[in-house]
Amino acid sequence: MKILVVDDERDMQTLFEQRFRKEIRKQEMDFVFAFSGEEALNYLKGHVHEAVLILSDINMPGMSGLELLRHIKKEFAPPPPVVMMITAYGDDENYQQCMDCGADDFLTKPLDFNVLKEKLKTVK
Amino acid sequence: MFLETFIAFFLIFQLRKTLRTFSPDARWDKHLTIAMYAIGVLALLEIVLPIEYITKWLWHLVLLIIIIITFQKHAFISVRLTMYAFLPLVIISFLGDILEASRNEFLRDIERYMDFAYPVAITWMIALLIRSRKQNKALAEERKKREEEEEQYRIMTERKAELEAVVLERTAEILKQKEELQHALSDLKSTQAQLVHREKMASLGELTAGIAHEIQNPLNFVNNFSEVSIELSDELQQEINNLSVSEAEKNSLNTFIKDLKNNQQKINYHGRRADAIVKGMLLHARKSTGEKELTDINLLAEEYMQLSYHGLRAKDKSFNATMQTHFDPNLEKVYIVPQDMGRVFLNLFTNAFYSVTEKKKGPHPLKGGIEYEPVVSVTTKRLNSPSGDGGRASGVEIKIRDNGMGMKQEVLDKLFQPFFSTKPTGQGTGLGLSISYDIVTKIHGGQLQVKTKETEFAEFNILLPA
Repeated sequence: MKILVVDDERDMQTLFEQRFRKEIRKQEMDFVFAFSGEEALNYLKGHVHEAVLILSDINMPGMSGLELLRHIKKEFAPPPPVVMMITAYGDDENYQQCMDCGADDFLTKPLDFNVLKEKLKTVK
Repeated sequence: MFLETFIAFFLIFQLRKTLRTFSPDARWDKHLTIAMYAIGVLALLEIVLPIEYITKWLWHLVLLIIIIITFQKHAFISVRLTMYAFLPLVIISFLGDILEASRNEFLRDIERYMDFAYPVAITWMIALLIRSRKQNKALAEERKKREEEEEQYRIMTERKAELEAVVLERTAEILKQKEELQHALSDLKSTQAQLVHREKMASLGELTAGIAHEIQNPLNFVNNFSEVSIELSDELQQEINNLSVSEAEKNSLNTFIKDLKNNQQKINYHGRRADAIVKGMLLHARKSTGEKELTDINLLAEEYMQLSYHGLRAKDKSFNATMQTHFDPNLEKVYIVPQDMGRVFLNLFTNAFYSVTEKKKGPHPLKGGIEYEPVVSVTTKRLNSPSGDGGRASGVEIKIRDNGMGMKQEVLDKLFQPFFSTKPTGQGTGLGLSISYDIVTKIHGGQLQVKTKETEFAEFNILLPA
């Protein structure tokens, strides 16, 4: 199972790699990182046949998380990959927007990695 | 001798008339009236009884007295001319009687010749009387004119008084208007100050929330990395224990790792502290997610008072305070967001309990030898609309009062500003009241007012519209 993490903060990569070091070591999870929506789309286009789970931030320069979400849900069918959205703004409006665009889950920052781990395990 | 009688009567009559017209004097008027009657009685007696030889001289005496009075008393000045008219006649008559009474033959002869003087005296009298009459007329006219003038003057004085009264009334009106305007102006000024204050609070709140948002992301990294680092330290320690190196080396390495772990824990602890502050700041920007619902304010206030009290009790066993509730049993339920209002109550009660506790801890003067007793009270009251729409409640007032330390003016000025706190570092974020202010004013359209006296009391007054 590949997990594509999309966030413009580069330190996210380090953080994920350290937080999930045990899972990575045991090869339970495989992380790929993209630092913009465009980069994420390119990766997905290059790996069409891989089963990928996407974790995406919403607020990013250039293509926003929501746009990325729309592209994925429109272009990669059927069935489109699972997409979880992550945002610092945990209000109803944001949540509703993500759900309308077809997000599979919605997480707020600061990320609770224990909750995230549980969620990733159930998706499998 | 009817001549003297007539003259006396006429003169007294004239005197009385003059007196009555120009300078009324009750005493003199009475005297003159009596004199007139006396003359009448004397004249009658003279006719009836043969006493003319006495009365003859009496008349002369009367006339003399009248003349003296006339020339003595200033009030009779206008009668003097009349007096001059009669004077020759009186003198001739008097001389005639004296001469007649004398035994001297020569003098008696003269008396006979004196009869010729009478026509002259009478002519003189008539001429003078005419003149006197003219003069009197002129005097009367002048008097009339003067009276008219006086009347006019009186009318004018009256008008003046009236006008003055009107002016006074107008002045009072204008003064009243001025006061009203001044009042309105000061009202406007205070409203303006309130608006400015509210605007300032609002922008401060937004700024605060904006800053919080910006800080949140880097802070998350700090917290997350410090947490991971703690885990990594633990793992590293295990790895070292599995290594085949000497115990001494292991211990030395473990000490380093323990220090590192401690440092990471400190970073994480303070990061979490900062995170708590940032969360508080973000509450400013948070749109109220709670729905407004009909709530019993009495119950809510009671609940949060207990919550706050027991929360503090749990932290500090020595903490104690008397709680008083004065709930209005007729309080109508109002539409509020219970969680938000609860937060306000919690903030206010916690502050109140804090204040009384600090006062009890610190030096406080005994009042009348009685030990200080910390009291926190809550009072609710129904507010009727000033316009009085059938006495229906138009709002609710909640007063939370403590007899703690009170506040200084400098504290009062900054009270609702974010991050303003009088508590020691780490004990308060300085956001409680600023958030409470936002909740009461923005979410509920109410007012949050403060009354305080340093070292005596603080009272927070929440006004909520129904």
